[in-house]
Amino acid sequence: MSDFWILLTGVLVASCSGILGAFLVLRKMAMIGDAISHSVMPGIVIAFLLSGSRDSLLMMVAAMACGLFAVFLIQLFQQKGVQADASIGVVFTALFAIGVLLVSLFARQVHLDQDAILYGEIAYVHWNTWIVSGVDLGPKAVWLLGGTLIIIVTVISLFYKQFKLITFDPALAAALGIPVALFHYLLMGMVSMATVSSFESVGAILVVGMLIIPAATAYLLTDRLGMMILLSVGVGIASTFVGYGAAVIIDASIAGCIVCAAGILFVLAFLFSPSHGFVAKKLRLRKLVA
Amino acid sequence: MTGAGWRSRTSRKGERIMNTLWALLHDPNMRWIFISCTLLGLSSGVIGCFSYLRKQSLMGDTLAHAALPGICIAFMLTGTKSILYFLIGAGLAGVVATFGIGLITRHSRIKHDSAMGIVLSGFFGLGIVLLTIVQHGGYGNQAGLDKFLFGQAASMIGSDVLTLSIVSLFLITICYFLFKQFKLVSFDPGFAKGIGYSVGFYEQLLMLLMVVAVVVGIQAVGVILVASLIITPAVSARYWTDRLGVMVAVSGVFGAISGATGAIVSSTASSLPTGPLTVLAATALFVLSLLFGSKRGLLIRRLVQQRMKRRLGFAYEEQAATASVDERINKEAAL
Repeated sequence: MSDFWILLTGVLVASCSGILGAFLVLRKMAMIGDAISHSVMPGIVIAFLLSGSRDSLLMMVAAMACGLFAVFLIQLFQQKGVQADASIGVVFTALFAIGVLLVSLFARQVHLDQDAILYGEIAYVHWNTWIVSGVDLGPKAVWLLGGTLIIIVTVISLFYKQFKLITFDPALAAALGIPVALFHYLLMGMVSMATVSSFESVGAILVVGMLIIPAATAYLLTDRLGMMILLSVGVGIASTFVGYGAAVIIDASIAGCIVCAAGILFVLAFLFSPSHGFVAKKLRLRKLVA
Repeated sequence: MTGAGWRSRTSRKGERIMNTLWALLHDPNMRWIFISCTLLGLSSGVIGCFSYLRKQSLMGDTLAHAALPGICIAFMLTGTKSILYFLIGAGLAGVVATFGIGLITRHSRIKHDSAMGIVLSGFFGLGIVLLTIVQHGGYGNQAGLDKFLFGQAASMIGSDVLTLSIVSLFLITICYFLFKQFKLVSFDPGFAKGIGYSVGFYEQLLMLLMVVAVVVGIQAVGVILVASLIITPAVSARYWTDRLGVMVAVSGVFGAISGATGAIVSSTASSLPTGPLTVLAATALFVLSLLFGSKRGLLIRRLVQQRMKRRLGFAYEEQAATASVDERINKEAAL
């Protein structure tokens, strides 16, 4: 049973981040995703200190606020003349440092150690279950991730056209009167949400891996946005299964193995993708020369 | 409370802080750690300037994350926690990561930022897998390997300090002697090539120096935050000057101050990791520079703007109004 819950958690993480990752990769904001996943730290710790529990609504709200605050700061510094990638670096390191410092200051009161933040505790998800009037409803992490996934799917499918236009031609979107900034922050808010709900089960670094690697893999396999989102989720789910299997065999961090599996799938796509792969391109070149 | 009482209390507090500081600097072990953290900050601040100007700030972050598997493999192969081996392992991993990013961006349609994200998280995932294998497996003496994640300068021993200081000094010396070349390569690679410099070589050399700076910094600041030592002092220094030489010096000083602050504060309270403190010191310097920087700080810009407005009067305001509309449209489009 524990295998089932761990895999289900992994699949939900892969779905949430696969959908959002496709937009991040296409909008060249992969590193902003990285920055958000680090920046939600102080929000999580502060909410934890205030409420004393790991799964409160407060934590979600505080972490989302932190994520959006980071995006806002990054943009602010860029407008003040700091280079784009440098402003990302300044903001996320500062916020993450605050988070780590809070954890080490209140380490005794908080059941939230640095390891859990980094690699997550996906192996323990099935122990932390949600019990309503005596009925065991399954792990809390699954409910949290499920809710997040429903929100993400709803928002993206409602505004699919708008998101698509903003992704490929923001200037046209602005000219047509679509509130570009609003949708930008909506996307960033969803990224923060996905990060927070995945955080506890898989850790900060894995979230970044799941946001970027499957989406980039899908980008190498297709030219259509809808297909890319589906493939990205598919690749994420596949790497969850492969990674979990590998982790059981070699007795190592599950989260780390899942990211490694995603990395291996990416390398395969990079080499052998029929449309954009390394080998296919070389073969096409040779055919042209001959 | 009377003003005098308050003042005497703060001065007494200040005295106490001075006393602890003094005691710390008398402790020879602490003095070495202090010196090496300062040197670390200095060298990464200096290197960071060039990577900032070449718009490669986040490479530092990627290299740092990539160093983790290198460190683990070095430990698994040698079984010792010698900084020299870690430097070699992490350096090799950093070179492989740089190479990987270049390969991905050159041979596929994936953009630079996604490539960095892929390499960063892929390598870090591998590092964590290796770290857990080391922890679960029969490697004795592995305690403290995870200190590399957040940095704990206080756990350094004499030989580590010596290695780190020598490497830092080495970095600074190279930058001093190749300053002219690095300057040209950073600002105008085309011209550098035209007058016969081997631009590719200097670019690779700068990247290698960054790998070394990052790897050295990991010991004090940790894998996740070491990028801040490369990025933040350089960005802060940019607010004070328009000249590269001055910028490099200011950035080095900012880095050194951050490193020193991190080392001192973390040694006064034993449970605090050095990394976050160093980063927060650097960030505080950044905020100060952003506000009060003498060349591009917000305050000075506002003053200049007001003076212009007064001199040009009405015409300027009108122009500014149209300019701000333009700016808003551009901003929307940029999103």
